[in-house]
Amino acid sequence: MSRTPQPASAGSVALRREAADRMDVLRGRHPHVFEAAPARRAAMFAMAAAPVLLMFVGLWWVGFSPERMLRGVGQLGTFVVLMVPPDFGTVAKLQIYLQALAETVAIAFLGTLVAALLAVPIGFVAAKNVVAQRVVHFLARRGLDTVRGVDTLIWALIWINVVGLGPFAGVLAIMSSDMGTFGKLFSEAIEAADRRPGEGVIASGGGRLHQIRFGILPQVLPVMLSQVLYYFESNTRSATIIGIVGAGGIGLHLAEQIRTLEWQHVSFLILIILATVALIDVLSTQLRTRIVGSRVAPV
Amino acid sequence: MHQTTQRLPDRTLAPLRLAYDAAVSARRRQTILGGVILVLAILVSALVAEVDLARLAANFDRLPVYVGRLFVFDAGDLAGRSVLLDVGEWYWGIVKWLRLLAETLLVAYVGTALGFVGAFGLCFLAARNVGRWPVARFLAKRYLEFCRTVPELVFALVFVIAFGLGPLPGVMAIAIHTTGALGKLFAEVVENADMGPVEGATAGGANWIAAMRFAVVPQVLPNFASYALLRFEVNVRGASVMGFVGAGGIGQDLIEAIRKFYYADVSAILLLIVATVILIDLGTERLRHRLIGLERSR
Repeated sequence: MSRTPQPASAGSVALRREAADRMDVLRGRHPHVFEAAPARRAAMFAMAAAPVLLMFVGLWWVGFSPERMLRGVGQLGTFVVLMVPPDFGTVAKLQIYLQALAETVAIAFLGTLVAALLAVPIGFVAAKNVVAQRVVHFLARRGLDTVRGVDTLIWALIWINVVGLGPFAGVLAIMSSDMGTFGKLFSEAIEAADRRPGEGVIASGGGRLHQIRFGILPQVLPVMLSQVLYYFESNTRSATIIGIVGAGGIGLHLAEQIRTLEWQHVSFLILIILATVALIDVLSTQLRTRIVGSRVAPV
Repeated sequence: MHQTTQRLPDRTLAPLRLAYDAAVSARRRQTILGGVILVLAILVSALVAEVDLARLAANFDRLPVYVGRLFVFDAGDLAGRSVLLDVGEWYWGIVKWLRLLAETLLVAYVGTALGFVGAFGLCFLAARNVGRWPVARFLAKRYLEFCRTVPELVFALVFVIAFGLGPLPGVMAIAIHTTGALGKLFAEVVENADMGPVEGATAGGANWIAAMRFAVVPQVLPNFASYALLRFEVNVRGASVMGFVGAGGIGQDLIEAIRKFYYADVSAILLLIVATVILIDLGTERLRHRLIGLERSR
């Protein structure tokens, strides 16, 4: 599964032409290869049909109809035409937008960082091989699930009640929902760690904390860092929308411009968001490659 | 036969030691530089994001108070008492909420399914190893990037205006965003696929589509399904807030309850959502482990 990708070679393409020319002969000589097993086919078909059927039922439920689609797509076309060229209006507006964009990046950065710092101890507590107590493990895992089950936007609404409107609530919201995600990911990484280095530490006289510090941490730190960097990028995207509920960032302006049908502003905002996210993507990938030495995204 | 290792003479050792010290100090310098940059970034971000720890500390008690208040009736005979005293009254809107929850799940499901179809169609074009046409690959990659980067809520805002209120814009927003997110992952899976079967199929007379169908799809399908299940869970959470912008699901009732300070309703709906997300999380995790096991045993 790890062969270097390469296109089908010229040799196999030449063979293909030859085989295609002799298809009738081949078909006559090996008829069983060209016949499908009917029972297997029927079973596969039934397995595939259920989700597809459910999809069509769902489409009907949400009020899907060709003419509604056609009308909507026509409207969308009009919007897209109105979006060109992207424009930000006055220079004062541009300043506001750029400041909001900076706010968005700051929210994502701080939220991810604080969440990661808080999630490290939580991850250790939630890992089976560090805290062997069943009850603790169960409570920690379900607690993380609960925190994670609440969307970032809902966290933003809750934090607005505590610190008021503004980007600080956004930082806390990203922090809250990411703490759940990181806690789960970190604890899984810790559980997947090799236990032999830890045993070595114990055998040479180390205590429990030494075991964690010298036996487990060196193994999991690169994994954690890579996950954090990966989430920094995805959080930048989340941070672009929490402004919709008033938790700072560019989302407020984006929602406002969409609602007032200022399509040129909308396309400008989307373009600068795309550019920023692409930039952060490149940066975080580079950092990840340098720190971890791998381009593979953590799953 | 005991043999002591001979110490190198100081003259040869000196440059080695110097080189070692230089390497260590270079590394240390780099670490310090990284640390300084990190601290600066934190300070600048804190300034920009208006972080105010004093305000957080002063108001932090509002969080437990708010959470506590969620579990107390705010009106009716039982005003000021715990919601647990009368679960029937707490969940007075259970029929409506369950219907909205079902709608949320359906929006997530249909969005994921449509997104899966889109991603499936595009990933073969976008993959480096099997994508034959450079122009198509470039276009597919850029399109997927666009779909992935624009948040689904932004799509939903636009679609609500174009298609009208209701779950349809929510489905389409989730479908488009899912196309982008899954398309990238799918393309990576395809790029890691074994090319041997593709050559075999091509040599056996298969055209591009047949080669994809018989040589690549069987290899990648378990991974695709696993990613799609993971995405479904993410989309359920996404669909739960689609109602914030009028795109269907339970979010509509939730934001109304939050904005109008119907505390007991907020906790009731939130608990429903969290329970659903956890159930789906557990269910899809089990399915995914089975799929991954399937792939490993091949």
